[in-house]
Formats: sequence, structure tokens, C-alpha cells
Amino acid sequence: MKMRFRLVSVSAPIIALTISFGLSSLILLIIGKDPYETFKIMFEYGIRGKSIVSIINRSIPLYISAIAVAVGFKMGLFNIGVEGQYLMGSLVAAYIGAQFSIITPLHILFIIIVAVATSSLWAAIAGYLKVEKGIHEVISTIMLNYIGTGLIAYSLTTIFDEPNSNYDLPRTKELPETGKMPPLNKFFNIEDLQDLHGFLVIAVLVGIFYYWLVWKTTLGFDLRITGSNPIAAKFSGINPNKLVVIAMITSGGFAGLVGLGPLLSYFHRYTIDFPTGLGFAGIGVALLGRNHPFGMAVGALLFAFLQRSAQILDLNDVPKEIEQMMQAFILLIVVVFYEVIRRFIVKQQVKDASKRSDE
Amino acid sequence: MKIFKSLTKRYIVFTPILLVVVVAQVETYSQLTTSGTFGAAVRLAIPILLAGLGGLYSEKTGVVNIGLEGMMIMGTWFGAWGGFTFGAWQGVFIGMLGGALFGLIHAIATVSFQVDHIVSGVAINILAAGVARFLNVIAYEGVAYASSTASPRIQGDIGIFTMPFLAGGKIGETVTPNLIGRVEDLNIFLVSDFAGLMLGFLSNISYLTLFALILVPVSFLVLWFTPLGLQMRSVGEYPAGAESLGVNVYLMKYIGVTISGALSGLAGSYLVVAGTGTYLEGQTGGRGFIGLASMLFGNYKPFGILMGSGLFGFADALQLRSPQAVHGLLIVISIFLLVLTFKAIFEKKYKASVVSFLLSAAFLIWFVNSTSIPNQFVYFTPHITTLIVLSFANQRIKLPEKNGVPYKKGELN
Repeated sequence: MKMRFRLVSVSAPIIALTISFGLSSLILLIIGKDPYETFKIMFEYGIRGKSIVSIINRSIPLYISAIAVAVGFKMGLFNIGVEGQYLMGSLVAAYIGAQFSIITPLHILFIIIVAVATSSLWAAIAGYLKVEKGIHEVISTIMLNYIGTGLIAYSLTTIFDEPNSNYDLPRTKELPETGKMPPLNKFFNIEDLQDLHGFLVIAVLVGIFYYWLVWKTTLGFDLRITGSNPIAAKFSGINPNKLVVIAMITSGGFAGLVGLGPLLSYFHRYTIDFPTGLGFAGIGVALLGRNHPFGMAVGALLFAFLQRSAQILDLNDVPKEIEQMMQAFILLIVVVFYEVIRRFIVKQQVKDASKRSDE
Repeated sequence: MKIFKSLTKRYIVFTPILLVVVVAQVETYSQLTTSGTFGAAVRLAIPILLAGLGGLYSEKTGVVNIGLEGMMIMGTWFGAWGGFTFGAWQGVFIGMLGGALFGLIHAIATVSFQVDHIVSGVAINILAAGVARFLNVIAYEGVAYASSTASPRIQGDIGIFTMPFLAGGKIGETVTPNLIGRVEDLNIFLVSDFAGLMLGFLSNISYLTLFALILVPVSFLVLWFTPLGLQMRSVGEYPAGAESLGVNVYLMKYIGVTISGALSGLAGSYLVVAGTGTYLEGQTGGRGFIGLASMLFGNYKPFGILMGSGLFGFADALQLRSPQAVHGLLIVISIFLLVLTFKAIFEKKYKASVVSFLLSAAFLIWFVNSTSIPNQFVYFTPHITTLIVLSFANQRIKLPEKNGVPYKKGELN
């Protein structure tokens, strides 16, 4: 694509951001708060050292979740079930990982493998149902989310519950020291702040791996071509059914990593207050970042920034739920403008081509 | 032989129903077919039915509506707000408006801007959750019994109706005999179970339920027997052709999606006004998606949707009323899988027969070795029912031809 079109493409999220801020300001005005003052407080709070560490920590699972969703999106497959998949993976990984102790890198690698395997198996069910039974993946993954939540609630209180603990709420055994991910604070020389999750390194690697997988491998090519023109893909010899299952399993594999950031670096066990909702948030980030590894990183950081900086609002008598609204506004408006801009670019390209053929 | 084959194909779905009736003869599982269970099933089926009908209006005009769930969330919030501020019936109306508003947003995104229908629907769901949360925080500041995730109780309620003579309703002040109720008490095989079903529909029915049930034939008439309905369906099948005959394609799509939103909003406000009496965060619990599933099950026909939602409502009712009865379903599933095994052998699909036989044995072992199903499993009964039902019913669906394809005036598609 030409530089000119690239610039036009970037304008979509900027327009969306501007309009969402405008809408949010309007709502703040309606409920009688000063929007300028509110955003100023949010921004000042958001760029403190502590906040920045928190923002990066929050953005890690968001980013990986977005990648999991994006793998499916690339071939027009909607994996809404990242939510259930990552919770499943985290629970099983937390349980198995706590049973033994080996040297740290191996231990963490083992936990990662368990989580990825569990989540991709759970995702494979949806792939199977789509290929064999013709159930649309949106419906099957949503239903599997509810089923997964129930299975987790059951197995957490029975099979996976920590034995002989006096604690009343169900939880798995704590990971041994070797299973905990060391923080990165020493590396960045910020030892006075809270832990910067070591899983950041893995998130970056996952981003690079995603780029390689989608743009540099045959599988990625198949995914992309199926997403942009399913009929052409079929004629080029791609088996769409096989690809659906592979894409679902891959997507689920990425989903397995979502919960590991919080698990290995902070919670060290699966409890009932393990963070939920990351899977749904990931859909938003993937849409905002247009399935591009860099775009999604920016999107994840942006949403994490909004989440963190909204924490200060309650102290200033502004409901912090405005942040969720803002995220949703950004999302809805950005998908509209991406479509508008896409059509604009196609039109321009046609014009350019006809001009060239005239000459 | 041929007739037998077509019979098995068409009526295999009814085997589980018969099995349920048989199992219900056992004392422990009698809750499976009592009028109480059916009454609860009707109450729980209505939101699913309304969401399904909502999906129908939208998809018949060619717009896929994954946003039903979000529109339903808006229905619950606005229904509760209207109910708290003005009264129950006003709440229903305001809930419908709330849903319609979000339907309109979906229409603007998908019809005017040609955004991918599923992307827009997902965005609508996320937006609705955020908006409902925010509104609930700002609307009830300082009101007693309200929190960030729950609203105060609504004022008043919707009246309840019981059919006179048949189900023992009142005419004026005189109580009429409950004829069907007596039949149910007689405990005759099949007859009493059917009486239970009838009673579920006829006694202690909210007027809102009646209204929703009337919408089924009304939708059928509107979509298949009016000029408007014909135009709406033509837009879903072949928009360019419809356009050439002077149909306003965009307008039809707008109408379809907005009606869809209004019906989902009604579904949401039903949950509040005829159910809990308050808005609770997450109370829709995926019922918008189950509604979508019932639409697929019903093969895009209003009465089919009624059947589908009844089935899901029944599963939901069992989980609420009697976890023990859900245990009885295990043996039903086991026998049904055995039937499928024989069917597969008959059709020479040996691999499938082995799988269903093993599953059948597994369910039988589970049934014999337990007395009840864990609560956490009972909670997802409707969702797993949805998946199972769709697995067996999905092969014969007739989608609108251009369902989910964005249409832009003057473009070939």
C-alpha cells in the first residue's frame, strides 16, 4: 500500500478517539461534571510511575487475548470463547503446576504448555461443532463459555481445591517458588515501584510469533486468503473445514497464555477472584488494532491506560464506569470508520488505476 | 422401507419427549412433567422466544444480529428504570424503546456504513454492558436498595391471568372448577403429563406472557401475508432485485433491525417486570444468544421459534425447580443415544454408532452411580441443551439468501 493510504488508514482510530472523547465529555457535562477537569485528573494520575507499571501489567493479558481473537478474525472466524478458554487453561495449569518443583525456566515452560494444551482442546470443541454439526462458532463458543464457567466452579470446589486448608473459599495450592515468574524491576532499575510482570517478555515474543505465523508461514497465508476471499481460497486447494479446526486450536492456544500473566506473576494460584472478562476485552482490542501486532499493542496499552486512570475518578466524585463507556464508544466508532476509510481507499485505488490506464 | 426412513428422520426429535414422559412416571422424577415445571418453563421460554422473534425480523431482512444480547441488556435496564419511575407497564414500554434504540445503532452501523454484521453485533454487546453499568450508577444515586449492579424494585406489577373452567380461574368472584388440574392429579400415563403442559399455559399466566405469545402468529402474518413483510423478506433474499422493483432496501433493513431491537428490549424487560422485579447485572445470562439458537432451531419460522424456545425454557425450568429431575434427564439422554446408535447401524454409519454407544454407556454409568447432579452443572443445563439440540437439528436450515452480506446501493453483490 502506498504511503498516502497508510496515513489515511491511521486517521480512522484517531477520528474514533476524538469522537469518543467528545461523546464522553458530553455525557460528563450532562451529569454535571467538568470534562476538562476530569480528563486532566485521569491523565495526571495515569502517567505516574506506579500507574505506568500497572498499565503495562494490565496490558499484557489484554494484548495476548487480542492476539488469540485476531488469529480467528484473520480468516473470518469469530472466537468469542477466549474467555472460557483462558479460564480453563489457567485453572488446570495452576493445579498441575503446583504439584511439583523443578528449575524455574523448565517449570514455567511446563505450566505454559499445560495451559496452551488445555485451552486449545477446549477451543477445538467449537471447531468440531462448526465443521461436523454446522453450528456457528459465535453461538457454540458463547455456550461453551457458560459451560466452562460451570465446570470451573465445580472442579475448583472438588478436584482442584487445596486440601487441608482452613481458608473458606475454594482455591488451588500455591505455586512453588520455582513456578513464579521473576519480576523485571531490576532490569529496568525501578525497584522502588511494584512488580513489573516478567510475563511482559513472553507477551512481546507472542506478538512476534503471531506476526511470523500470520504473515510468514503457509498456514498464515491460508488464513488470510480464506478471510479475504473464501471462494478463491477454496479453488486454490485449501480445505476450509480443516482450516477452521486448525485456526480454532491455534486461537485457543494463544488464549491459554492470557491468564498466565496474572497467574505466574501475581496470583500464583487459581482462586474465585481470578480476573475474568479478559477474553471479551480482547475482542475490543483486536478490533481496535485491526489484528495487527503493533496496532493491538497500542490498543491494549490504551485500554489499560483508561482502566487504570479511571481508578482515581471515584475519589473525585465522578463514576469510574465512564471508562467502560468510553472503551465501548471507541470500539463502535472505530469499526464504523475503518469501514468508511476502507471504502474510500478502494475507491481511490480504482481511480488511480483508471487514470494510469488512460495515460 | 423408504417411509420408515423418512419417518425416523422427521420424528427422531420426538423420541426424547416421549422418553421424558416415561421417566417422569417414576416418583423421584415426577417434577419433570408437572404443571409447575411447565409453568416455569413458559415463564423462562418467553424471553428466549422474544429474542428469537427479534432475530427473525432482523435476519429476514439480511442483517445478522449477534447484538440481541446487548439489546436485551438495554431492555432489562430501561425496563427496570421505567418500572421504578413510572410503573410496570410503562417499564415494559420503555424497555422496548431502549432495545429499539440499540437496534437502530446496529442498523446505522451495518446498513448505512456496511460494517461487518458480527463485528458490529459484538461491539453492540460490549457497548450495552458498559452503558447499563454506567446508567445504573448515575441513575440511582442515593436511592435505597440500589447498588452499582442492581436497581431498586419496580412499582406495581403486571396482572396474572388464569383460564376459567379449564384451569380454575375466577369469573368475577366465583371460583370455577379446575378441570385440567383434576386430570393432572389422576396420574394417567401421557394424559396427565399433557394436562400438566396445558395447565402450564393456562394458569397463573402474566398478561405480558399472553402478549408475547400473541406476537408469534402476528409475526407470521406480518412477515408472510403483508406487503411490508414481503418487501422485508425480498430484501434478505435478493436486495438488488428488490431495489430494481422499487423497494427501499435500506428502509426495510432499518425497520427489520429496529423491530428486532424492540423485541429484544421487550425480552429484557420481561425478565425484570415479570421476573425478578429488579435489574441485576448479567441477568440476561446469554439468553439473547439462546434466542438466536432457537431461531436456527425453528428454521426461521415463528412457530418453530416457539418450539425451540419452549425446549430451552423447559431445560431452564428444570434447573431452577428441581435439580433431582435434571438427574432423570441423564437416563433420557442415555436411552436417546442408544436409539441413535441403532439408527446409525441401520444407516451403516458404524463409526458414529460406536461413538454414540460409548456415550450412551457413559451416561448410563453416571446415572446409576449418582443420585443428583452437582449444582454447578445444573446451572448450564440450558446452554448444553442448546449445543446438543443444534447438533441434531441443524442440517435442514434455510437461511435468507443474502444473510450477513452488507449491501450498498449500486454495488453488485
